[in-house]
Amino acid sequence: MTDFGLSEEHRELRETVRRFALDKVAPVIGEYYERHEFPYELIQQMGAMGLFGLPFPAEFGGMDGDYLALCIALEELARVDSSVAITLEAAISLGAMPIHRFGTAEQKAKWLPPLVHGEALAGFGLTEATSGSDAGDIRTTATLSDDGQEWIINGGKTFITNSGTRITSLVTVTALTGPDETSSIIVPSGTPGFKVAPGYSKVGWCASDTHELTFDNCRVPVGNLLGERGRGFAQFLSILDEGRVAIAALATGLAQGCVDESVRYAQQREAFGAPIGSYQAIQFMIAEMDTRAHTARLAWRDAAARLVGGQEFKRQAAIAKLHASTIAVDNARDATQIHGGYGFMNETPVARMWRDAKILEIGEGTSEIQKMVIARELGLR
Amino acid sequence: MKIVVLVKQVPDSGAERNLRAEDNTVDRASANNVINEMDEYALEEALRIQEAHGGSTVTVLTMGPERATESIRKALSMGPDGAVHVLDDALSGTDALGTSKVLAAALKRLEPDLVLCGAESTDARGQVLPHMLAERLGVAALTGARKLTVDGSQLTIERQTEEGYEVVTAATPAIVSVWDTINEPRYPSFKGIMAAKKKPVETLTLADLGVSADEAGWAGALTTVASHAKRPPRSAGVKVTDDGEGGTKLVEFLVSEKFV
Repeated sequence: MTDFGLSEEHRELRETVRRFALDKVAPVIGEYYERHEFPYELIQQMGAMGLFGLPFPAEFGGMDGDYLALCIALEELARVDSSVAITLEAAISLGAMPIHRFGTAEQKAKWLPPLVHGEALAGFGLTEATSGSDAGDIRTTATLSDDGQEWIINGGKTFITNSGTRITSLVTVTALTGPDETSSIIVPSGTPGFKVAPGYSKVGWCASDTHELTFDNCRVPVGNLLGERGRGFAQFLSILDEGRVAIAALATGLAQGCVDESVRYAQQREAFGAPIGSYQAIQFMIAEMDTRAHTARLAWRDAAARLVGGQEFKRQAAIAKLHASTIAVDNARDATQIHGGYGFMNETPVARMWRDAKILEIGEGTSEIQKMVIARELGLR
Repeated sequence: MKIVVLVKQVPDSGAERNLRAEDNTVDRASANNVINEMDEYALEEALRIQEAHGGSTVTVLTMGPERATESIRKALSMGPDGAVHVLDDALSGTDALGTSKVLAAALKRLEPDLVLCGAESTDARGQVLPHMLAERLGVAALTGARKLTVDGSQLTIERQTEEGYEVVTAATPAIVSVWDTINEPRYPSFKGIMAAKKKPVETLTLADLGVSADEAGWAGALTTVASHAKRPPRSAGVKVTDDGEGGTKLVEFLVSEKFV
């Protein structure tokens, strides 16, 4: 077995997603990116392939796969494009997974099937304008109406992925439901008082959907509480632990994509009478990029194996996320350097990768937060 | 409707392919072997017919060596119900005529209403097998389809030609070969990939099919490849200097290559 930890089925999934990414995503994604447009058609095809259902059980229309399968798909997508990869990652880890993990039977039956088929998307509203890494410091409130039948939500959320597409069905928001009491509440799209601002102008991930949300006396049924009241903070922490493995796989894909593009370019591009790939300066740069991508892959595979095996994986997930996002930025920088002036042109895939890499050190837990987690796991307080 | 799809494992047409020096046959051992691309379109068409017509079954039929099981599993991951693998050491060296004999014997056993296959395989590109099978089975051959409509037992195809298309009809049982213009094959889902492992694959030998060993393989081959050589390197092409007739010459070239 040359592929550590992967079953025949996982390898076949990887090949299938690879083929899809090259045949369907690569030819069109540049234009979506330029136009800052959400690629509905690609998302629909990914839904038909069952990618949005990878880690969910068949009873909700899922693929009966595991988290490893999701991470494999994310790596292969991000090897070609990060916008579709993050759309899938957020749709599952942040959108559907909280409903699946903490929802009641009725909530799951109502919301999960369209999410699992990729026909609908859900967002997770945690970050606020004044609360990012310090995620416990949120200001959004949810108070019960006088008759106790509704939650009345007030506040705002920032940088929320998949929250404003035309197929977004809901956003789960964290809100204060009492002093020092954070809860998660499902807010369906279109609820009066729930406003979605126009999409941000982002440096990267330009074909993904990200919005600022405001809640102005937004009323939802009391039954939209997701999980136990007051457990919101604990819930999203467990969700983020898993998400780190997924982001690490996504970052590894970007790093690998930089290797793929650089090898190809170095063999074609000539300078001083020979392909630049024949020069040691370029060879060594690419050798280092490949080493980084490989070690990042080993790190996330280890974290994923622990997660799937039911073992403790918090530290390994933080290590994988920290390492993979760091080397993704390194590889994007070097790949752009190898491509010279072409690497600075938006039409070149590595330029897109360079723009997409930075957010990996920030989103779903900054590098500094990962280091805090690792240090704490080592017993340093 | 009982549908059988012919699936052939071929060397990847995107990579370097070679013939073996010793017997002039395709070198499959060193190649990356994949499902013949056109067969995926045939399989997709079969699955669409199955989805549209309840109670249909789709079975994959493959003749090939042991390693063809990889391609059978891949085909099964797209969604068909099961597969039949004709596997026999004596099949080595079988030519198109012999292949048609063996596959016809397997099809007689399966008794399909409809046989679907790719219009050609990317290794031999003979385009003769559908016709040979139709002849041996005594059924209609609707070949080179870019569109297939099923209405009860009535089949209608748009047969793709160089100039346009012809509408051809036949009643089942029949064999239909398809081009890659007919549909867009699906990507297998993870559930499909996992389910493929558990689907039945029946292995049949020549003896099971009642075909004697000397009717297939080298012994039964009526055609042989006498020799082979590498494709010559691309020549320089024709350079047209515009002396006032450039436009005419350009149009003449495009016409000769059937671009206009």
